[in-house]
Amino acid sequence: MSDILLSVQDLHTSFFTDAGEVQAVNGVSFDLDRGEILGIVGESGSGKSVTAYSIMQILADTGRVVGGRILYKGQDLSTWSEKQMQSFRGKNCSIIFQDPMTSLNPVFTIGNQMREAVVLHTERRGAEADARVKELIELVGINEAEKRMKQYPFELSGGMRQRIMIAMALACEPDILIADEPTTALDVTIQAQILELIQSLQKKMGMAVILVTHDLGVIADMCDNIVVMYGGRICERGTAREIFYNPKHEYTKGLLRSIPNVNNMKKKLVPISGTPINMLNLPKGCAFCPRCGSAMKICLTQVPQELVINDEHKAACWINVRDAYEEVQAK
Amino acid sequence: MNDIPKKNILSAQLDLSRFSDEAFVPATEDEKRQQDVMSESTTFFKDGMRKLFKNPLAVGSLVLLAVILITIIVAPMVVPYRYEEILSVNGKRDKGAKNLAPFTYSEMEQRYIDQGGERFPHIFGTDEQCRDYFIRVVYGTRISLFIGFFASIIVLIIGMLYGSISGYMGGRTDLIMMRIVDIIYSLPDMLMIILLKVVLDERLNFPPGSLLDRMGTSMVSLFIVFGLLYWVGMARLIRGQILSIKENEYVLAARSIGAKPGRIIRRHILPNCLSVIIISTALQIPSAIFTESFLSFIGIGVKAPMPSLGSLANAAREGLQSYPYKLVFPAIIICLIVLSLNLLGDGLRDAFDPKLKR
Amino acid sequence: MKSVDNREGSIIVAKYIIKRVLLAVVTVFIICAITFFLMHAVPGGPFNKEKALSEATIAALNARYNLDKPLVEQFLLYLKNLLHGDFGVSLKNGREIGAIIGESFPISARLGISAMIVALFFGTVFGSTAALMRNKLPDRLIVFFSTLFTAVPSFILATLLLLVFCIKLQWIQVWSANSQNYLLPIIALSAYPMAYITRLSKTSMLDALSQDYIRTARAKGVSKFKMIFKHALRNSLIPVITYAGPQIAYIITGSMVIETIFTIGGLGSKFVSAINNRDYTMIMATTIFLATLMVIANLICDLLYKAVDPRIKLD
Repeated sequence: MSDILLSVQDLHTSFFTDAGEVQAVNGVSFDLDRGEILGIVGESGSGKSVTAYSIMQILADTGRVVGGRILYKGQDLSTWSEKQMQSFRGKNCSIIFQDPMTSLNPVFTIGNQMREAVVLHTERRGAEADARVKELIELVGINEAEKRMKQYPFELSGGMRQRIMIAMALACEPDILIADEPTTALDVTIQAQILELIQSLQKKMGMAVILVTHDLGVIADMCDNIVVMYGGRICERGTAREIFYNPKHEYTKGLLRSIPNVNNMKKKLVPISGTPINMLNLPKGCAFCPRCGSAMKICLTQVPQELVINDEHKAACWINVRDAYEEVQAK
Repeated sequence: MNDIPKKNILSAQLDLSRFSDEAFVPATEDEKRQQDVMSESTTFFKDGMRKLFKNPLAVGSLVLLAVILITIIVAPMVVPYRYEEILSVNGKRDKGAKNLAPFTYSEMEQRYIDQGGERFPHIFGTDEQCRDYFIRVVYGTRISLFIGFFASIIVLIIGMLYGSISGYMGGRTDLIMMRIVDIIYSLPDMLMIILLKVVLDERLNFPPGSLLDRMGTSMVSLFIVFGLLYWVGMARLIRGQILSIKENEYVLAARSIGAKPGRIIRRHILPNCLSVIIISTALQIPSAIFTESFLSFIGIGVKAPMPSLGSLANAAREGLQSYPYKLVFPAIIICLIVLSLNLLGDGLRDAFDPKLKR
Repeated sequence: MKSVDNREGSIIVAKYIIKRVLLAVVTVFIICAITFFLMHAVPGGPFNKEKALSEATIAALNARYNLDKPLVEQFLLYLKNLLHGDFGVSLKNGREIGAIIGESFPISARLGISAMIVALFFGTVFGSTAALMRNKLPDRLIVFFSTLFTAVPSFILATLLLLVFCIKLQWIQVWSANSQNYLLPIIALSAYPMAYITRLSKTSMLDALSQDYIRTARAKGVSKFKMIFKHALRNSLIPVITYAGPQIAYIITGSMVIETIFTIGGLGSKFVSAINNRDYTMIMATTIFLATLMVIANLICDLLYKAVDPRIKLD
């Protein structure tokens, strides 16, 4: 049996709004192995969250997968009925969201909402279900589980709410956990705790994790592999080591340059110039071209092809082609 | 990280011969900028008007209101009858002109026409006091609209003054002023209005011939009553706006880059406040018209012979069986006016409310 | 429902209730004062001293209303009488106002409460339906009719209904003490609140459905049905309950015209005739009665609202 749990193949997702078609995801492909921790990095608007929502088919009403396939254990999700998806969500694949305050229903108790997760996909009912809820709450490091079950979301702190979200997501021991910017809405000190929690749970339960974030720091520690996205396309992908130490896409290089270096405070901060792309009108060539310091004529008109750099690294940037070309010319 | 394996891998994947030197020449800033197609920027006002005019219901309402306005302005110039005038032919009171159906003439009038006279048709017929009904409805509409509009203006002015003072002063003043608002707010408004109206109707006395006297005590007392009670909603709204703007980060940001207060007010405070004010006022007018027709209906609105749509509808109850049209005409007009104002208000809110989620 | 330490919780709740009740009492007092002093501001006084009244009547009024005492004392004595259920005497026909209210209010209550229930129930159902079938035919129809009915004043609707169904078609009999037909009056009275609540609950349902927690529910694998009826509905009802208070006020004032048009002998129509007859004592007493009713209704709604939405801070 292949180890590949999830295979996203040339995914295209668009939103059909009053203002026009917003092409949020334009040809994204990647594989996810059992137990792999994959990081998807990009700015707001890069299409990373939409990719995750496409996998779970929880796009807003105006959104639709318009091309490509999403294979879970070999079966194409995009052909599944709503009922089949309902069985998939929460059981085989779960997701936790950025803002735990708005993601939990304010008028129901924590216990009520968690019980729902348990009862939906398992045979447990009544006292058994409650016992499982207690177990889950303790699993994510919260004490006084009984008390918490009777409380409402607004009575808990931000960090605790996110832990509850995680507990809910793991209620049925899914194969895949998607974490969509899980720490962005939290204080810095809590961020580390949540990430540690996710890491330790992953080790304990062995599920695959897709970590979607704009924060490179978050990615660095945790991820086996990284995918960098911009303008709905993948710029480059590879192991964490390759991406951080050997970036081959101008965007990635820009991201890395803009991280302040604690050890070298004198070094000037180099932001990426320009503003994020307007997804209503994608340019003809490379999406990053208008902001790229090394843009070339070919970047204006042709979308870069994704090329293999080495075993653990692929990138879609014309710079690499230029380097190779010049090598050949030099001969 | 050695070059040679990389070159081999890449050249194995691509046919490098199809590239030329030109392809790798750096792109100019201009070329890059062209790529980046941003949506055209527009001012808040222009954007809002554009949205408003795309809304067919709002546009339809504007058209309808315009038609009504034009009619009530032009009609008195065209129709030779006055609203309080009892019809007469050749100077003689025409008793037979009672409750005529639309577009019919009384016997006296018919004889007059047969003899070659000209008589403007009674488009809506006549009422039980031998008055042309069309012109009465036109005047009724004028008065209802007048009251609705000016009552809303009064509410706007008082509310704005009170709310902005309260919001701007803050502290104790604000607290006390808002307590007063809370108390007025919790009073049952309709009952208080009825009471006040009854009392004012008896008490008010104006110097004869003055503007207030010509308007009539009941109309003036109507305005007084609105002015006393309905401003609280607007006051709260304005105060809320002022408070939130005072604290708002963008004002802070503007101040921190040295923007002058005038500029802050113009560019930041006004757009937010203005849309709220316009929308609220637009929705206040039909509410005022409702209240006025209600009061007229139970008999304490404008006094006869001055008509208002509400009092006409009330008068039509007698003889409803025989002359249903007397009810139908003012009823339809009230509904049309209120409907179009409501739709317009909704359209304005959809177009201009910056907080509305799209 | 509160999860804080139970004793602490109930103390907070009790304090809140007491505070609200006190506020309501103060409001009622202010209303009584305003009403009383306004009625006495009428030229010639409310007892129409300018009108020719018989000696006996004058004497009776003097005694009943303590007219020989200073105004403020009159007011306090009036209040005292009210608390004992003595509403005074009608100037028009000399009857005990308390008795008049006693026999006419139950009729109005029946009409009003039915209209409220109809408006709340159908309003929420239609509004939620419109939200769920957004932009499809049911939504468009519902939006059309609810917009239409928020533009029709209740008295116009009532008169039209009377015209069509009672007079022209003669399908339905006009209300009389013997055959109490409430159908048309309820329709006329509930039309506007129903339309308003329809629009309100559609907006709040749409708003609830767009919230993040709905997305979470979906991500958990909750069925569409449950998403709507468990997760969204409860949240969408909250604004509707907030509106219930003002709705009661509308129904009370609306009943005045509805009862007049359909010749129903309820308190509302009695109030209207009192106004037209300048029966000041009746006006005064009825206003206080109805106003107190509204204040109590608002109070109950307020308390109910806090019970439904656990987020509200009790302060």
